[in-house]
Amino acid sequence: MIKIVDLKKSFGPKEVLRGVNLTIEEGKTTCILGGSGSGKSTLIKCLIRLEDSTSGEIIVDGKDITKIHSEIKLAAIRRHFGYLFQEGALFDSMSVGENVAFGLKYLTDTPLSEYPKIVKEKLALVGLKDVEHLNPSELSGGMKKRVSLARVLAVNPKVILYDEPTTGLDPIMSDIISDLIIDLKSKLGVTSVVITHDMHSAFKIADYIAFLYEGKILLYGTPEDFRKTDNPYVKQFVEGSSHGPIQMKLKKD
Amino acid sequence: MVLALQAGNTIGNIFGEPIFVGTIVTFSLIRELGPVLTAVVVSGRAGAAVTAQIGTMAVTEQIDALYTLGTNPIRYLVIPRMFGFLLTMPVLTLFSNLFGVIGGYLVAMYALGVPGEVYMTDITTFMDVDDFLHGFIKSFAFAFMVATVCCYKGISTRGGAEGVGKSTTGAVVTTIVLILVLDYFLTAILTAFGI
Repeated sequence: MIKIVDLKKSFGPKEVLRGVNLTIEEGKTTCILGGSGSGKSTLIKCLIRLEDSTSGEIIVDGKDITKIHSEIKLAAIRRHFGYLFQEGALFDSMSVGENVAFGLKYLTDTPLSEYPKIVKEKLALVGLKDVEHLNPSELSGGMKKRVSLARVLAVNPKVILYDEPTTGLDPIMSDIISDLIIDLKSKLGVTSVVITHDMHSAFKIADYIAFLYEGKILLYGTPEDFRKTDNPYVKQFVEGSSHGPIQMKLKKD
Repeated sequence: MVLALQAGNTIGNIFGEPIFVGTIVTFSLIRELGPVLTAVVVSGRAGAAVTAQIGTMAVTEQIDALYTLGTNPIRYLVIPRMFGFLLTMPVLTLFSNLFGVIGGYLVAMYALGVPGEVYMTDITTFMDVDDFLHGFIKSFAFAFMVATVCCYKGISTRGGAEGVGKSTTGAVVTTIVLILVLDYFLTAILTAFGI
C-alpha cells in the first residue's frame, strides 16, 4: 500500500502540487485524472523520487521514502516500481531487444542465456513479434509505447506507474493496452497507477479514480462514483465538455 | 608553421638572422598551444557531441528511464565519457605537438633557411622533460574539465530540441572560456612548482 500525505511540490514560485492526499491500494488499479498541466506526471515522478517533493510524506510499506537519501536504498525502492514513460523513453542507441533486456541486467540475477527468451515473451505479451533487431527510430509511436511497456514488464515490478499509456494509440490498441493492464492485475496482482485523460479506458480499468485539479485531489472514488457525481468540475471532465467551471477558471488565468 | 614563420621573421628583424626558431616553436607548442588548441578542438567536436547526445536523452526522459531501470546515469553515461576524454586528450595533444614541430621544421628549413640540425639542437638544448610534463598535466586538466562541463550541461538540459541546442552551445562556449582561464592558472601553479 502506498500512502501519500499532504504532498507538496513547487518548481520555483509555481506550486504544482498543493497538498495531495491519496492512498493507493495494493493489487488494485488507481487512475489519476486531470487536465494537462495539473501535476499528474509530477505526482507519479515523486512516487519513485525522479522528482523530490517539497514537503509531505510518501509512505511505501510503512516507510516514508521522501526521507531516504542514500542512493542504494533509493535503488532498492525503485526496484519495486516500473515506470512507463509518456513518449516511451526507449534508449535510441540500442536495439529493441537490448532495450527490453536492459532492466534484467541491472535489476535481476537472470542469467544472460535467458534474455532472448524473456525478451520474446514480453514482446509477445504486448503484441509484438520479430522486432528485436529494429532500432527504436524505426518504430511507430504505438509500437514504441508497447516496447517500452515490455521493458517495464521484463523485470516483473510490483507496482507499475503508467504515464498516459493510451495517448497516441488507435482505439483498438488503446483497448488492448487497457486489457493488458487488467490482465496484469488479475494474473500477477500488480498494483497499477495510471495517469490518463482517456475516460473510456479509465472507466474500464480503474478500481479507483482520483481527480487531480489545481494540485489537489478533488474527488476520489470508484468509477461508479464518478459516473454519478454532481461535482461540476469532475462532471465536465468526464463528459469532456468545453463548457463548465474549468474553462471559466482557465480564462480567468 | 605560422608560429615558425612569425618567430623567424621577427627575430630575423631584431637580430639580423632567425635564431632559436626551434626553441620558440617547440616551447610554445608543448607548454601552451598544443594542449590549449587541442582542448578547444576536442570541446567543439567531441564535447558538443556528448552534450547533444546526453541532452537529447534528458529531454526524451531516457535519463529518468535509466534511474527506473536500476542504473545511475552518472555511472552509466558520465564515467565512460570521462575516461574517454582523459585517454584521448593527451594522445591528441601529443599528435598536435608532433605535427606542429614537424611543420616548424619545414618552415625553418625552407622558408627561413635555418639548417635542420640547428633547429633540432635548439630543441634538445633548451627543452627538458619538465616542459613535456607541463603540457601533459594541462591536457589532463582540460580533459577533466571538458568532460565535466559537457556531461553536466547535457544532463541538466530541459525544454526539447531548443533546450538541446542551447545547452550544446553553452557547453562549448563555457569550456572554451574555461580552457583559457584554467590555462592561465595552471601555468602559474605549475611554474610555481618549477615544472
